[in-house]
Amino acid sequence: MEQLVPADHPGGVVVHRRRHRFGRALAPYLLSLPAGLWLLLLFVVPLAVMLSLSLKTCDPATGACTMTWHWAEFPNEISLYHQEFITSLLFAGGATLADLVISFPIAYWIAFHGRHRKNFFLLMLLVPFFVSFVIRTIVWEFVLSNNGVFLTTLKNLHVLPSGFHILGTSWAVMAGLAYNYLPFTALPIYVAIERIDRRVLEAAYDLYATRRQGFMRVIFPLTIPGIFAAFLLTFIPMFGDYVNQEILGGTSNTMIGTVIQNQFLVNFDYAGGASLSAILLVIALLGIFLYARLLGTRTIEQYL
Amino acid sequence: MSTIEQEQMAGATKRRRWTRAILPTYSWLVIAYLVFPIIVMIVYSFNKVVGGMQLVSFTWNGFTTQWYREWSNVPGLTQAFWLSIRLALVATVISTVLGTLLAIALVRYRPPQFRGKMLFEQTIFLNIAAPEIVMGASLLGLFVTLNIARGFFTLVLAHVMFSVTYVTVTVRARLAGFDRSLEEAAYDLGARPLVTFGRVTLPLIMPGVLAGALMAFALSIDDFITSNFLSGAAAPFPVWVYGATRVGIPPQVFVFGTAIFAVGIAFAIMSIVMSRRHAE
Repeated sequence: MEQLVPADHPGGVVVHRRRHRFGRALAPYLLSLPAGLWLLLLFVVPLAVMLSLSLKTCDPATGACTMTWHWAEFPNEISLYHQEFITSLLFAGGATLADLVISFPIAYWIAFHGRHRKNFFLLMLLVPFFVSFVIRTIVWEFVLSNNGVFLTTLKNLHVLPSGFHILGTSWAVMAGLAYNYLPFTALPIYVAIERIDRRVLEAAYDLYATRRQGFMRVIFPLTIPGIFAAFLLTFIPMFGDYVNQEILGGTSNTMIGTVIQNQFLVNFDYAGGASLSAILLVIALLGIFLYARLLGTRTIEQYL
Repeated sequence: MSTIEQEQMAGATKRRRWTRAILPTYSWLVIAYLVFPIIVMIVYSFNKVVGGMQLVSFTWNGFTTQWYREWSNVPGLTQAFWLSIRLALVATVISTVLGTLLAIALVRYRPPQFRGKMLFEQTIFLNIAAPEIVMGASLLGLFVTLNIARGFFTLVLAHVMFSVTYVTVTVRARLAGFDRSLEEAAYDLGARPLVTFGRVTLPLIMPGVLAGALMAFALSIDDFITSNFLSGAAAPFPVWVYGATRVGIPPQVFVFGTAIFAVGIAFAIMSIVMSRRHAE
């Protein structure tokens, strides 16, 4: 294009073209500036503020915080609340495992045998998301409660002993977590199975692979990235969740999310809450970095 | 018939039983499990209440449409619902515009012209993967440090923050197959960049933009954890309902839940039908 503009071309046009080229060079920055600023000021900066806040000492009476480089805050908080961290780890781990086991067969079935009804089945997988998260959890409280219709009926039929209860136990919390986050697990696994090139599978069968070998040596290895994405998208939000525990759990199995929320909203201990959040973030970052190194940051998009 | 053939026949019937009977039965059971609480919610939105307090009860007291007729009788709940709708609309408009612009930048430009692209990729990934409680807590820390009062404004700031990256990712996925020669044709015919964008680019990427907007709306209206940190006196619907669990839930909560569910499903079916028509 350059040589089409002669050297003795009238100046006005040259200026116009230069401004045009200048605008083109700026275009990517202008397009990304608003969202970039928003994310910088309200996502990156708050994380930095949180880290600095966790090193400050706050006056609980006035809420004023001064920087004291109080690194001892981290070991303090861990020794105070390690039980809640372990509980969260166990609940989130158990529920994530349950979700992976529950969703793999159905994801496989929809991908391979869903045929023209694939969209319908996917909508069915997503159906919990059409009801508010808090309401979903309340309904489970309803279903699992001792004097609810379901346990009462089962007890009257002597299927369950009359002293049986589940609300308030760790099982109820894990059941709630598993229900609420199942779509986050099932969709990535479905996407991974759906993307498998059917010709690879046919090639395996042509080479006399049995059904079992076809599954174990072709299908399963190819879904591992999807399983990892499912794990990441399920485990991390579950780890920080406290709604399920507060509604379905008892007083003895508190998760770390409850502690963080109370530090900020009840005790106004901002430094303590910030250091607990920082520890939670570091744990999550371990998984996030591992995923980014192994599979790259872009791959998460295809699983959303 | 040789024994090998017999074995193969047996294997085939076993396989058929597995794919024809066991897997479908299992899958329908999982679907039933997913739908079950929603049916409970809808059924109990028609449950009568006995006693003075108008709160949902675990026992079935008979059918009534009272709560649908008196849907707006709980002032706090109705206010919270409209607040959520307003919040979701504002957050959706802002995050759809910002997210679409960012998606265009990321699809069209690479590092020599667009330095810092990798930084954006990493920030988007981190924003999607980071635990929500950390984002909510850190925003509260920021607002407390800066002495910014919590309310509708801080909720909008937060909701745009967590939904803008989802919009970017959704729009970008749809932009991948975009035919740039259509834009070049517009330029060749003398259209200015903004005209080209409005008349050619935007109509072509509109399905992706709408999908991103729906995603942002859904994320915003259902958000609890971040909103609980930032709402102050202005409690959106999920925060209000969560607060009510301590004192008792009015039956109207299930009416709102059922209404949101019905509207959401209607939108989902509409988008499936539209995409099918588009594919044809």
